[in-house]
Amino acid sequence: MSTASMSVPSGSARGASAPVLEVQDLRVQFRTGSGLVNAVNGVSYTVSEGETVAILGESGSGKSVSAQAIMGILDMPPAEITSGRIMFEGRDLLTASAEEQRKVRGPGISMIFQDALSSLNPVYSVGFQIGEMFRAHRGTSRKDAKKLAIELMDRVRIPAAAQRVDDYPHQFSGGMRQRVMIAMAIALDPRILIADEPTTALDVTVQAQVMDLLKDLQRDTGMGLVLITHDLGVVNEVADNVAVMYAGRIVERGTVDDVFGNPAHPYTEGLMASIPMLEAKGGRLQPIGGQPPNLSSIPSGCPFHPRCPKRRLGADAPPGRHCAEDVPPLRLVVPGREAACHYSEEVLGV
Amino acid sequence: MSDQQQADLRKDEVEAGTTTGLASPSVDPASDRQNSLWSDAWKQLRRNVLFWIGAVLGLLFLLMALFPGVFSRGVDPRDCSLSRSGQAPSSEHWFGFDQQGCDYLANVVHGARNSLIIGLLAVVVILLMGVVVGALSGFFGGWIDSLLSRVADIFYALPLILGALVVLRSGFLGRGVVAVAIALAAFGWMTAMRLVRSQVIAVKSSDYVAAARAMGASNGRILVRHILPNAVAPVLVYATITIGVLIAAEATLTFLGVGLQRPAISWGLQIDAGQRLLRIAPHLVLFPSLILTMTVMAFVMMGDALRDALDPRQRS
Repeated sequence: MSTASMSVPSGSARGASAPVLEVQDLRVQFRTGSGLVNAVNGVSYTVSEGETVAILGESGSGKSVSAQAIMGILDMPPAEITSGRIMFEGRDLLTASAEEQRKVRGPGISMIFQDALSSLNPVYSVGFQIGEMFRAHRGTSRKDAKKLAIELMDRVRIPAAAQRVDDYPHQFSGGMRQRVMIAMAIALDPRILIADEPTTALDVTVQAQVMDLLKDLQRDTGMGLVLITHDLGVVNEVADNVAVMYAGRIVERGTVDDVFGNPAHPYTEGLMASIPMLEAKGGRLQPIGGQPPNLSSIPSGCPFHPRCPKRRLGADAPPGRHCAEDVPPLRLVVPGREAACHYSEEVLGV
Repeated sequence: MSDQQQADLRKDEVEAGTTTGLASPSVDPASDRQNSLWSDAWKQLRRNVLFWIGAVLGLLFLLMALFPGVFSRGVDPRDCSLSRSGQAPSSEHWFGFDQQGCDYLANVVHGARNSLIIGLLAVVVILLMGVVVGALSGFFGGWIDSLLSRVADIFYALPLILGALVVLRSGFLGRGVVAVAIALAAFGWMTAMRLVRSQVIAVKSSDYVAAARAMGASNGRILVRHILPNAVAPVLVYATITIGVLIAAEATLTFLGVGLQRPAISWGLQIDAGQRLLRIAPHLVLFPSLILTMTVMAFVMMGDALRDALDPRQRS
């Protein structure tokens, strides 16, 4: 079970703790030559200590952009944060000074990226780059930084850490590079770790190892983990709670078991139906029809309605619940479940 | 080679009591201090033959510039007698005599000082201006970039020789070695600036800079730690080649009558004087050109080795 975050009342074994990270109504748009692109449209979520929140969505659903906004690495311009608050330990990072923000990044919130090779500087040894975290934030001496780097490499289970500390990123395999990234990210014991598709570039067996490592580290340190992914399997294995994003909005959230077991939004339902099943071997996969939305002209009403098999339009729809006209708010459907669909009850079958 | 393979190989090696070098990456277990980019690069440089050839040659010419008397075997370059004008090299006088009947070996050796000072001084100024202006321009972008790039364009519009000629003719700086070097640098820094600028722009948008930012590195730290080391390699190579171009440009200015003036001694002056006698006394062009070429090559070889050392992916 999960902690009591995401305003989801649940009987957690760890007990309810105040959220460490709270994203409130975050909106990000990009000014491009061909108009405004609304990448994130009012996303809110919270992460508590020891909790794993998965942000699930397809490419262009705004899941990475919202993470980049938290880390302050959006290129502004063209990006622009038009509204929202990012509360970390009670302080709004968006209104904090650049220096205050910098001090949070690393010791407070840290991030690992999809492509570990390009996220490591090719001209420095991995040990130097891990040690850099201590030197930059704590002014540790080079000698001590190297010792700490070796310890961290041991902790992320890089074999023969003491021998490999002076090796360069290109001398490591993909999984080991991701471990180096993880070592850098956890160096200063952050309270929140954001993992942006940490296993997408890795093969399946290595994916499992890296996810196991992240889970173990989380258990040891009690950090909150934000897992950004499009991999339903990874979410199912490691996350407590999941938020499903579509067209820059959260369309459904709840505990992983609930959401995966019985979706409350037709999009989630479509995602579940598209998972290849062992029992259905030989059968056809069921894709979600249509195209992902164009973020510079998001459909009116519910952004999913052009692809939704359960939409109600025209005379079919009761007043205020017209799928092409009325934007469905993210609302509590049943205890512990939120969904942004006018007809969630029908989708759920309650 | 995967880590598993490497681990397996290491195990095999231990059991067999041999070392292939494949399993254990090159490390110096004796040092427990964190290696910086530069100490690693130096370790790499030490193993490069090309670097040592360049360094030995460079040192030779540097010594020649510092102690010309030793290399000219004590002969005074200004001890001339017209009776020996244009004599070919002999066992007594290795480089022969020039048109004025002066010992040519002594002259070529004494030319090293001015040529090297001008080449090195100008290239240092070019590097400084190029790196500083290029890094500011590329890193901050926006109006700073526009302004600095347009300034560079203005300088680009003036050819190196013409620009230097105007400056030297104006009499602002005089006609000394430093004046020539500054005049050359003032109209030669733009390419270095553009190289640095474009590299900085490329590196700035790389994932590892985003990662460093996400891990709380400050602007200054990102610039010094991540952007500059990745941006200086091409400009260092450019700089080593430019030393040769600058020494040649000095010769051109001298030929046009605005560079160094006689009785100063430089390879440029010697080549220019010698080319008029190319058919009767070819050694007058040959020897200073040969030494000039070797000087330029020494710097190019060191630059090449340096580039390889600064890029870990080039290491074997």
